[in-house]
Amino acid sequence: MTIKYTPDHEWLKIDGSTAVVGITHHAQDALGDVVFVDLPEVGKTFAAKDIAGVVESVKAAADVYMPVTGEITEVNEALRADPSLANSDPLGAGWFFKVKLSNASELDALMDETSYTTFSANA
Amino acid sequence: MSAPTESPLLTTPLNALHIELGARMVPFAGYSMPVQYPSGLMAEHHHTRKAAGLFDVSHMGQLRLVGPDAAAAFETLIPVDVIDLPVGKQRYGLLLNDEGGIIDDLMFFNKGNNELFVIVNGACKVGDIAHIQAKIGSRCEVIPMPEMALLALQGPQAVTALSRLAPGVEKLVFMTGGNFTVDTGTQKIDVFLTRSGYTGEDGFEISVHSSQTELLARALLAQPEVKPIGLGARNSLRLEAGLCLYGNDIDETTHPVEANLLWAMQKVRRAGGAREGGFPGATKILAELADSTRAGGRKRVGLIALERVPVRDHTELQDGQGNRIGEVTSGLLGPTIDKPVAMGYVDVAFSALGTQVVAMVRGKPVPMAVSAMPFVPTNYFRG
Repeated sequence: MTIKYTPDHEWLKIDGSTAVVGITHHAQDALGDVVFVDLPEVGKTFAAKDIAGVVESVKAAADVYMPVTGEITEVNEALRADPSLANSDPLGAGWFFKVKLSNASELDALMDETSYTTFSANA
Repeated sequence: MSAPTESPLLTTPLNALHIELGARMVPFAGYSMPVQYPSGLMAEHHHTRKAAGLFDVSHMGQLRLVGPDAAAAFETLIPVDVIDLPVGKQRYGLLLNDEGGIIDDLMFFNKGNNELFVIVNGACKVGDIAHIQAKIGSRCEVIPMPEMALLALQGPQAVTALSRLAPGVEKLVFMTGGNFTVDTGTQKIDVFLTRSGYTGEDGFEISVHSSQTELLARALLAQPEVKPIGLGARNSLRLEAGLCLYGNDIDETTHPVEANLLWAMQKVRRAGGAREGGFPGATKILAELADSTRAGGRKRVGLIALERVPVRDHTELQDGQGNRIGEVTSGLLGPTIDKPVAMGYVDVAFSALGTQVVAMVRGKPVPMAVSAMPFVPTNYFRG
């Protein structure tokens, strides 16, 4: 399974033609205690860079961008019920949604882990 | 998260300590200030409500008004009873412009011997001091105190922690104060403190010389009840307590009647009082007070969302038909009440407790109920 990262501090775990999407450790650390997430509707299609959701801490709200073009196939209901999962396990139980990729070549523009580590260290 | 500022940021005497404690520093009121420490906003908020939190609020302005005419002169700037405030007591006040708009909110204390001690907001202090100097500088001495820092120790165990180092503070009641000596074990520090704060909890605000601030802070943090708390939790604590944030909930375009701050205007300054009027904007404010319906006017109210969606500053408020009836001025998910809470201005027709309004959050309607404040019961020590 390949993991890719976006400049908006989101990650994608790619499995064939679908990807699981969440926010990075760096993103959750910058936000602080997450208290609310607004997740997209299952079945809805978004273009890359569209706003697909919102993640909020007590002090700030941030948009969650669609990292690639595709259709939402599943959202993390456990995260909706317990938004703190985005802090405690951002790359695991704190995932946001699953997307069916429309155009896998969009993944080529995203960062691998090494590039993202360098990017986030300078963010 | 915050916009970069043009001029270099000022620092408080605790800057090195904040960094040592791992604080995330942000620009606030022209200063580099700790927004949170590693334990995070939620933990800091809860710790303050159950134990004691130490806040660096040294960005705030401190000044003295000195002279036999100081109290009478200060009354010409604020719609508040200054003259009758007993020695040793503190009171909330509003600095008004000629239109009755709020230039700043402040706390003042009668130190006796013709001396008032005043604390104003950090972001307003330069303008406030210039305004006070221009208006009453000929009637009393206006003495800024940039050499002094300000710490707040807040929470139900604040008195336990502070009285260990400064015996006697436990005898103070809410909104009183005096000079005390804090014994750190190695040094004795002279401070001026009041039993007051901005969290809704019992606690103290401590004015201390900048050269001794870090020593005092370290002595307080060494107490088992005390942890450092950032500005993030300060904001969530004050909103749950129903207290206004200057610049959000009140400003030069809001006046005391619509801001629902009439409790800060004692009867002696109102119509029929012995010293009726005589403050900036008095004609307008007293006329509005006399008009009990204030039809078409607006009012600051508390709001609780009926769904678990945070409703933030500047969110539009509507009636059930999609008509704009107001705007949220502060809002967040209250960590103690565990609900989204807010304050904002609504048309007076929608200001009765229990009235349901609609907040438009990212285009989606979130129902909110007009609610009494504070959202969390206050825990002041009244003796």
